[in-house]
Amino acid sequence: MNIVVCIKQVPNTTQVRINPETNTLIREGVESVINPFDSYAIEEGVRLKEKLGGKVTVISMGPPQAEDALREAISLGCDEAILVSDRKFAGSDTWATSYTLSQTIRKIKDFDIIICGKQASDGDTAQVGPGISTHLDIPQVTYVRKIEEISNDKAKLERLTEEGYEIIETKLPVLITVVKEINDPRMPSLKGKMKAKSASVIKWNADDIDCNVNDIGLNGSPTRVVKIFTPQPRKGGEILKGEPHEITAKVVDLLKDVIIG
Amino acid sequence: MLSEAKSRINVIRDKCVGCHLCAKSCPFSAIEIKDKKAVINLEKCNLCSACKESCKFNAIEISELTSQVRFVDINEYKDVWVFCEQKKGVVQSISYELLGEGKKLARKLGSKLCAVLIGEGMMPKVKDLYARGADIVYLVDNPKLKHYQDEPYTNVIVKLIHEYKPEVFLCGASVIGRSLVSRIAIKINAGLTADCTGLDIDTEKKLLLQTRPAFGGNIMATIISPNHRPQMATVRHKVMKEAIPDHKLTGKLITKAYDDSVYASRTKLLDIVEEIEETVNLSEADIIVSGGRGIGKQDNFDMIRELARVLNGAVGASRSAVDAGWIPYSHQVGQTGKTVCPKLYIACGISGQIQHIIGMQSAKVILAINKDADAPIFKVATYGIVGDVFDIVPALTKRFGEILKR
Repeated sequence: MNIVVCIKQVPNTTQVRINPETNTLIREGVESVINPFDSYAIEEGVRLKEKLGGKVTVISMGPPQAEDALREAISLGCDEAILVSDRKFAGSDTWATSYTLSQTIRKIKDFDIIICGKQASDGDTAQVGPGISTHLDIPQVTYVRKIEEISNDKAKLERLTEEGYEIIETKLPVLITVVKEINDPRMPSLKGKMKAKSASVIKWNADDIDCNVNDIGLNGSPTRVVKIFTPQPRKGGEILKGEPHEITAKVVDLLKDVIIG
Repeated sequence: MLSEAKSRINVIRDKCVGCHLCAKSCPFSAIEIKDKKAVINLEKCNLCSACKESCKFNAIEISELTSQVRFVDINEYKDVWVFCEQKKGVVQSISYELLGEGKKLARKLGSKLCAVLIGEGMMPKVKDLYARGADIVYLVDNPKLKHYQDEPYTNVIVKLIHEYKPEVFLCGASVIGRSLVSRIAIKINAGLTADCTGLDIDTEKKLLLQTRPAFGGNIMATIISPNHRPQMATVRHKVMKEAIPDHKLTGKLITKAYDDSVYASRTKLLDIVEEIEETVNLSEADIIVSGGRGIGKQDNFDMIRELARVLNGAVGASRSAVDAGWIPYSHQVGQTGKTVCPKLYIACGISGQIQHIIGMQSAKVILAINKDADAPIFKVATYGIVGDVFDIVPALTKRFGEILKR
């Protein structure tokens, strides 16, 4: 089975802090990591390969340093890594990003399943996965929490919903986006780390993947950011003191309007 | 390789006064002030244009290539559309929130508010949509459309958009909404902004201003789609106010039927399994009672459930409670779980790791109960109680039970 996993390198959001004087993001010293949701995509890809044989190709679109994320993916069991990087991609929104990744996958040519994390932790859009499947004109199943069965031409999947889950059968090739519940990602093995060190990461630019210049970067992006601002951070309020019964009475009084209104 | 970007963003040195506004606005730390002039690090710049907007001296220019061929005649596009999500024939409350917000936008644009309803046997629901303010309802009713599926729903809406050309298209940022509109936006080449928490109209330019959190809510961004139509956005649940029904209102119904190929799907829905134990789901809930590591064991979650029941709320959990196997993942609130914004969030025995805070900080009121006075949860809580959850939670349940007679 030919498996493609799409990953993004993101700033570790849990380390992002606000400079209280300038009220701006402090990005210095914030490490870059594989988007947390993409770790589940990598793990699921590697598990499929271990079960069915085949190859896992991991791809990422991003600046040159995204190569680190791809090497990490190799240490976790992916076989081949492709970095798609070009200054021409700057300013890409989800439309242009999904186009660029779909062109990359077209060039890879042989694929049965594409696996993405459900969303990236920096943008949180959840739009790129479905965007790729639409550009490639293949079916998609989002928020997958379990692959029940998979064969050469179809798969049975469980898709997480607000109320529970749906069982969906799909033809292959398909693109799925996965949630945390799907697996418990492994740590890199020593052998994996060695392999990642010596592996060569394939690098493609806009010309290599035959991009239409009107569909990439700022040109290919219908949306524009016009303003960025820092929300007022939420401040801690009142700490209620006293005996449990006093506190309870106070809380009930304070919250009455919220609960009834 | 840099020449491309260099030609795209420039600081006009004669106009730049070195005031630092652009550097502060840059979400990528790509601007430094050297010798009282702004210098843009092209390796870091993402051409997001935040700096251009921040500059009071028009000293930053970003050129757009003129070869853009995909622009449409935006004047042909009118009206505000709301996709009304239904599950098992029940119109979801997010749709009413969007109709409420959509009405305001339509007024500012001087256009109509239209509802899009897709399903089987949905005709009786049309009058409810009029009552919630829809001037026009587009109804596509077919047994093949009974349940949501990506491909047929995408095809139907793409057909409707091509024929009737809406200016704005809104949809809930739900599991269905996010999967659906991502496909539509690609097919019709429209701009799409995810998970908005604020919408407004620039009345002068007639543009939809879409504001959304990014970086886990650490920054907010306002986004527009200047040259493409419709302007599409998904909107976070519980942020907008529901339209209040007025059953005297009426509207116009437009029903459409398409050829079977439009309803074809390469995926097949085999079963729908409901798993949430409580009657209310997390994203719909006005009140959420959540338990964390401090709850101690699986059985103790009954105490959380009991308080939630009395308050008519839903049960949430922190990651550590889910990882311990005390409650299913579908209850998890936080970065790797759900983002919620209820009216009231009660955090019981949750220390408040940043990943959890990200998921619940937009709640209107937060009550935190924790025995550790230094727990980070107290930094975001409206009201904090330093104490034992096993004393406080049952006491709250009893007291609220008496008042609410539940």
